[in-house]
Amino acid sequence: MSFLTLENVSHLYFSKQNYTKALSNISFSVKEGEFISILGPSGCGKTTILSVIAGIIQQTKGKVHLKGKPLDQSTMAIGYMLQQDYLFPWKTIIDNVLLGPKITKQNDEELKQKAIDLLETVGLEDVALKYPDSLSGGMRQRVALVRTLITNPEILLLDEPFSALDYMTKLTLEDLVFALLRDYQKTAILVTHDIAEAISMSDRLIIMDTNPGTIAQIIEIPIELRNERPFLVRRHPKYQKIFDKVWHELNKYEQNFDQKGSV
Amino acid sequence: MSTHSDQQLLTNYRANLKKEKRIVVYWQLLILISFFVIWEVTSHYYLIDPLIFSSPSRIIQLLIERFVDGSIFMHVQITLFETILGFVIGTLLGVVFASILWTSIRIAKVLDPYLVILNAMPKVALGPIIIVALGPGYVSIITMGAIISVIITTIVVYSAFNEVDPNFSKVLRSFGATRWQCFKEAIFPATLPTIISTLKVNVGLSWVGVIVGEFLVSKQGLGYLIIYGFQVFDFTLVMSSLLLIAIIAAIMYKLVEKMEKWLIKHTV
Repeated sequence: MSFLTLENVSHLYFSKQNYTKALSNISFSVKEGEFISILGPSGCGKTTILSVIAGIIQQTKGKVHLKGKPLDQSTMAIGYMLQQDYLFPWKTIIDNVLLGPKITKQNDEELKQKAIDLLETVGLEDVALKYPDSLSGGMRQRVALVRTLITNPEILLLDEPFSALDYMTKLTLEDLVFALLRDYQKTAILVTHDIAEAISMSDRLIIMDTNPGTIAQIIEIPIELRNERPFLVRRHPKYQKIFDKVWHELNKYEQNFDQKGSV
Repeated sequence: MSTHSDQQLLTNYRANLKKEKRIVVYWQLLILISFFVIWEVTSHYYLIDPLIFSSPSRIIQLLIERFVDGSIFMHVQITLFETILGFVIGTLLGVVFASILWTSIRIAKVLDPYLVILNAMPKVALGPIIIVALGPGYVSIITMGAIISVIITTIVVYSAFNEVDPNFSKVLRSFGATRWQCFKEAIFPATLPTIISTLKVNVGLSWVGVIVGEFLVSKQGLGYLIIYGFQVFDFTLVMSSLLLIAIIAAIMYKLVEKMEKWLIKHTV
């Protein structure tokens, strides 16, 4: 049985003048522990898919099932990481991390210790009582990761979480997130426009076309690449071939996008 | 060698800063002193009418007398009490109203034209009605002090609520937060700096409300002293009251500024 299934999901955004079809008949499924990346030109509805799965927006049509249950009946914790860290500047790091438990009203000492342990796991020590403004971008994104993991989510939704970071930090964090997700056996969906990042982190790639957002192609990553650290995947002999293939596909839809855009 | 000269440069830089600051203070004092000196001299030689403009020496003399016999304290106390209460109530009510508007977009839309009208209307014009409705006393004056700032606070704070980055709420909603939790954890704390800065504006506004209120009705307070001085043509009294108001209002403003620094250390 699939962990997460989307069945003919469509979504419309309405405005006074018109409507935009952001998603059209999106169907795919994700197995437990799998890492999926969604790649596509801007405006293809990548973020909308994540928002639907997170339950932040309600899809216009179609069904989403989590572990066999319709989404609105599922009580499963979902972790959502955004492009920027969105740490609350008026809260200390530890209070930021414990935000999820606070919302679900389960604050206790045990969780606090777990938060401190998790912060250490991502290489952050003695930051608990500091405020976000004294941390660097990479450190802040790590705190955001811990904030997402503390609620013990069974699925992680990553919305371009590395795109605002400098290249060095990005590579380090990719390795860290990859290792953590493997260790904790988490299922994850990554939305990105970075081909290298998608290939090096995922098991499967979903390539999307735009206007309306549809799935154009699903590409399996070879097993040899799946288990390597993202940093090493980029040097793997098979990497370049996959990269070229994805590049070619994306280029096709990018041009498509330009043409449609001009209509 | 080089560290020595670097240190020297820093010392020079600091000395320059100090010098600049001193020059500014000198000029400020110069303006203040020359203002009072010119006032005193022109009044003394009848270049300006001393009956209308009084003179610093007479004002100081009057203030000393009133301080010594203690009669001024009662007036200061009453006006201060009315103003503080007026501006605290005005600000709090404004924030509460803004929060109510935020709970429902429909309520906000329905009430929008009424807010525009109430905001455009000069609130002191309501004075006579307030006094008739609430009686000639503190309650009316405090109401004047509050009503003058409540609408503008509502409008400013409500629009600040709407300008908070929606992604903070998105983070919270991904944890399953309710709308109230989003308000408590993200919207309100993110808006706190705006609320404090409306506080600074409201200090000034409440003085207007309270002084006009005292003009209209009171038997005590600094506004009363001004209107009394005007009626008996004692402009030394009017000027002394004005001077006191200016000093106290400035102190209040500075206190709110201090509170701002103390409350807001980490903002968006």
